[in-house]
Parts: sequence; C-alpha cells; structure tokens
Amino acid sequence: MYRYDTLDKEFLADRALEFRQQVARRLAGEITEDQFKPIRLMNGLYLQLHAYMLRIAIPYGTLTSTKLRKLAYIARTYDKGYGHFTTRTNLQLHWIKLKDAPEILDHLAEVEMHSMQTSGNVIRNITADPYAGATADELDDPRVWSEAIRQWSTLHPEFSFLPRKFKIAVTAAAKDRAATRIYDIGLAMRRGRDGELGFEVMVGGGLGRTPYLAATIREFLPTRHLLSYLEAILRVYNRHGRRDNIWKARIKVLVASLGAEEFARQVEEEWGKSDHSRVDLPDHELARIRASFAGTFETLPAASETLEARKAADPAFARFLRRNVHPHKAPGYAIVDISLKEPGETPGDITSEQMEVVADLGQRYSQDEIRVNYQQNLLLPHVKLEDLPAVYDALAAARLATPNIDLVSDIIACPGLDYCALANARAIPVAQQIAERFADPALAEEVGELRVKISGCINACGHHHVGNIGILGVDKKGEEFYQVTLGGSGEGDAALGQMLGPALPAAKVAEAVEQIVGVYLRERKDDERFLDTYRRTGVAPFKEAVYAEAH
Amino acid sequence: MPKLIKLHQGQASLANDRFTQVADEEPLPGGDVIISLTRFQAEGDRLLSEGRAVGVRVEAGEEIEGLVYDLPRVAVVALAFPKFRDGRHYTNARLLRERFDYRGEVRAVGDVLREQAMFMVRCGFDAFEPADDSGPDEWLAATRRFTHVYQRAADTREPAFVARAE
Repeated sequence: MYRYDTLDKEFLADRALEFRQQVARRLAGEITEDQFKPIRLMNGLYLQLHAYMLRIAIPYGTLTSTKLRKLAYIARTYDKGYGHFTTRTNLQLHWIKLKDAPEILDHLAEVEMHSMQTSGNVIRNITADPYAGATADELDDPRVWSEAIRQWSTLHPEFSFLPRKFKIAVTAAAKDRAATRIYDIGLAMRRGRDGELGFEVMVGGGLGRTPYLAATIREFLPTRHLLSYLEAILRVYNRHGRRDNIWKARIKVLVASLGAEEFARQVEEEWGKSDHSRVDLPDHELARIRASFAGTFETLPAASETLEARKAADPAFARFLRRNVHPHKAPGYAIVDISLKEPGETPGDITSEQMEVVADLGQRYSQDEIRVNYQQNLLLPHVKLEDLPAVYDALAAARLATPNIDLVSDIIACPGLDYCALANARAIPVAQQIAERFADPALAEEVGELRVKISGCINACGHHHVGNIGILGVDKKGEEFYQVTLGGSGEGDAALGQMLGPALPAAKVAEAVEQIVGVYLRERKDDERFLDTYRRTGVAPFKEAVYAEAH
Repeated sequence: MPKLIKLHQGQASLANDRFTQVADEEPLPGGDVIISLTRFQAEGDRLLSEGRAVGVRVEAGEEIEGLVYDLPRVAVVALAFPKFRDGRHYTNARLLRERFDYRGEVRAVGDVLREQAMFMVRCGFDAFEPADDSGPDEWLAATRRFTHVYQRAADTREPAFVARAE
C-alpha cells in the first residue's frame, strides 16, 4: 500500500487550504455560484437535487482500515450515516453542506485522502484490477503504474482543462477485471517476445450516449515509457478533441472520427517529437513506489482443516465460499469479495457501522488492506483460509455476507433520479425489485453468472451498455420507461448490448428480467453462462417472451 | 485598456503595455501592435520592415505550428482564451517554450482568471491580462499555492520525483 511521504502530505495540505479559502470567498458572497462552480468541481463537490454531493477519490480502489474508518466517521458526522460506492471506485456522500466541505477535506487529508479530480474535465481517479497483488494471473502489480499515473496526472498543468472528463483503467492480469475497453484509455500489461513487460494501449472506449469499445493503438509499449506516451495521447486529444458540443467531446469521438489508425499515427508522431526522459519516471522513483506495494505472505498449507470442517457442516458458508471467495497467489490465502448488494438495499450503499466492520476485518485479517471494485463491491485481498469462518461470521452479522458475487442480484446501478440532477428515471428501486425476485440464494446460484447494469440516464454511469442485461431509464412524456439491452459485456469478451425492443414501463422491468432469465434457463446447454446462451440463440426467443402479451 | 501583469524572475508587477491590440477590421495605428495570425501573414513583413515590434494573437483553434517560421521576429505571442475552460493554449504555450524554444513574451488574453494562474505559469506564460479583479499580488499568490509539483513542464520547478531523490 502506497504511503504518502512528506511531499505528498504537504501537497494535500496546500490543496485543503486553497479550497478552504475559496469556500470562504463564496460564503462571503465575494464570488457567485457561477464563478464558484468550476472551483468546487475541481474538488469533487457537485450540487445535486437535494444537497451538495462530495465525491471522494479512492485511488485505484485501495483503502486501509484507517482510511475506511475515517470515511465512516465523515459519513456519520457530516452526512446521514452512509455512503455510496461508485463504478469509478469513489465514495459519494449525498447530503453534504457547503460550509462543512473544507472541514471534511481536512479530515480526509489527515488520512492521505482527498476529492481532487473526481469531477471536471480532467484526468479522473485511476481504476485498476481490484485483485492486484493477490492474484496469480498478473505479470506485475498494476498499482505501481496506477500510482505513477496518479502522481503525473495530479494538477497536470497542461491537461486540467480538457475537452471533457478523462478516465484511465489499468490491469496487469490475463483476466480483465478493470473493464479496460470501456474507458478513455485502457492499459493492459503484456509480456513481449524478449520477456520485457509492456502495455497494450487502448484508446477511445466509453459509454454514454454513443458507446464505443476502445481500439488498440499500440500493441506493446515498454512500461518505462508509460507516462510520456500518455502525455502524447492527452496532447493530441487536448488539441483536437471537440469543444463545440459536450456530447461529442470525449476522446472516443475523436478516435472514431479520425479512425484508430490515424489517431495512432498522430500520437506516435507527437511522441516521437517529445523528450521522453523529461516525463518518464526515473528508475529510483519507480523502485520507491514499487517497494511500497511489496506484500509478504506466510508459508501456509494449501488447505485448512478448520475451513473444511465448517464447509461440510454449514451450507450457507459453503455457498459463500463458492460465490465470494477466490483463489490467492499465495497458498493458504484467499480473496474475499464483500457484496454491497443485499437484495432490497441500494447497490453500492454502505452504512458507517458496516464500514467500521470491514475496516476491523481488513486490519485484523487482510494485512490492513481493503479494496473497492467497479461492481460497487468491496473486497479483502489477503485473508488466510483458516480465518475465513471468522471473517464470514463477522460479515454475516453486519449483513455483508450476501453470497451473490457476479449473480443476477449483484446489480450495478447509478444513484438515478433519487439523487442525481441529470437522471431521467430512478435506478435504485428497479435494482431493488429485480434483486428481490432473486433473493433466494439457491435460485440466484442456479441462474449463475449474469450481470445486470442499470443507468438512470444516457450518461451511462451504471454501465448499462455492457450489462449482460442492460437497463436504461428514459423519460417518456414525464413517465419513467426503461430500455432493455442484452448481450453486453465489460470484460475480456467486451461487447455492447443489443436492444431487446420498445421501452418498458417501470412496473414491467423486474418481470421482464424474470422472463429473460426463464428463457435462458430453458435454452441453456451444459455449463453455458447467460452470455454464452444469448450469443448462440440471438435476441429472438428473449424478445418473444417479454413482448408476448403485446401480440 | 486591460490590466497587464508581467512575471519576471519570480516577481509579478503591473506593466505598461506598449502594444496596441488591433482587431482585423480596424485600421492599423502607428507604433507596436498585436495583430491576428491571418493579418500577420498578410502584413507582417511590411510592419516589421518599418521597424515596429509586432505581436501575434493566436486563437484557440489555430495551429501554433503556423507561426513557427516567424517566431524569431515576433515580440509577443498572445494566446487568446475564448472561455477559461478551453485548455488548448496550455499545449500551445508549452510547444512554444519547449519545442520551438521561443524566448519572447507569451501572453494570456481573453477569459483569464486567477484560478488558472499556476497552470499558465507552469506552461510558460509570462504575461497576463486578467479578466477578473486580480492584481499582481493576487496573481503571484495564486501561482504559489502549491509547494510541490508532480511533473515537469515549461517552468523550472523541480518535480516530486527529482526532489525526493535529493
């Protein structure tokens, strides 16, 4: 886990002081809300339907117990006692008072946290593989490179007024757990023929109104040149990205209009003219960052008798192991996913008390590390097998042991019209209704891997385009309707979903999902996942089931 | 007459502007002038041959490369911000300083606000016409809000990764 040194801490203190002075000027009426807007947005402070919302950055989704306890404290003291994890692995507090914001930033700075660059047309919080440092299938620790990007992109003087927001995702593993194809830049580590490590550089992915999967513009970029190459990409975008139309300002539109090949040529040309050595991190700095992520694991037996005994005696625990526990690179350890998707609750929401439970477990059982992933869940990356029963019991007591990771009730949903000024429709109640239909864990497990993603508007914060079942809220003459798409995926087999048919009224959505699942269970062969069956059968049988009554 | 703040050796001061900024449709007055890139391309040679100092105003959508050949003869490059959120000129300023080695004045004009001061200075601007009420003191203070920076740019500030190694 990267720890701030004196320099990082002083930087953050400067930032907190700057914002305190800016808020004072606003509260004194020296600047108008219009003039204040860009300033607050540089600090993740939005004005929403009911109150200010503060979006706190969680760089590449990594937390310590101290940080998570501080978030719990802030949510309890300045908000309503809960927070909401987002698909960008940030934490949102939806009921903030402007006058409290500077104090909150001071609290955050105490634990090396902030809300910088969680909004505005800048390089946003970096996301990475949540299994970093714990999974056997990675070539390197992606947090090293994510931290390098975090520092480089922090108050970057040239790229703080981009045409639009800019999101970067990093993975170093074979399996893409960071959804690298749906972001402005996706970086996936590869090993070159001579053994050297490099990144496949993908550019121009993004959801929203016109969804695109990112195109590879370079198959192999030696890792040491990462920052200078990113600078070249950002420079081409900063100069040539559209600024006349907010809906066409993301880099995906530039890449699509130039064509990936021409865009790549321009990047290579720019990169060729720049002095890489002025931008790329020197070895000593990379080594310093790398050292902070070095994990040490005890030599343990690959199996635990305590665990096996409990597993044999307790079917609920056995189900939790099947769904929420994943292999670790070190024998005797496991990765534990914590679902924030208890049926009936708001996806991604967590109370202060629950945060404290997770913080305690992280400190005691997971080398003081806790992660957030883009599915709006948490995870403990380094739990000993013999500790799993204790961890499970503590999670279950806090209603955090829902065994539904990657299942139909593990739904991604944006805050929607319940909070967000941009939304056309509510997302949370729809998610709740669907989850409740599959609340029986045996049923959910029988259905298997099925990713449902819901957005309350075309901005697609809920990633509906890449949901196996995607649901988009639209407004039809003042009424909430929902557009359903099938077959999307944000992972290694990335694809955009295809429209099922006419939009459905709110009351029909959960039923439609049930019908879609019914068709899948009828049609599936052997071990096919929902996505496999859909790809084989096409949309027709699903369409028929959902719209049958209309005929 | 807009206020002109110049930055020299780490100090900011109000300066008398010896240049007249002339729009394309206006007749040219005598003395030193700042004119558009288009007008410079048409009339620059003549004006320079008259012994005047000439500055060129570049719009956010114009390619700075179009001026490279003439840079040694240009006294001021005025980069015009149509809106503070239009960030194209940060790249242009860095290219002028770092790639084309331009040593003359790089001036920020248009929607120029105190909140941009640090970014502008880091990218190589050394003259500013603030559109808010900033004076030299406020401007300088805004450039000094952060003790540390994380990356190299067109200024001489030492990035964190260098400072840490010392």
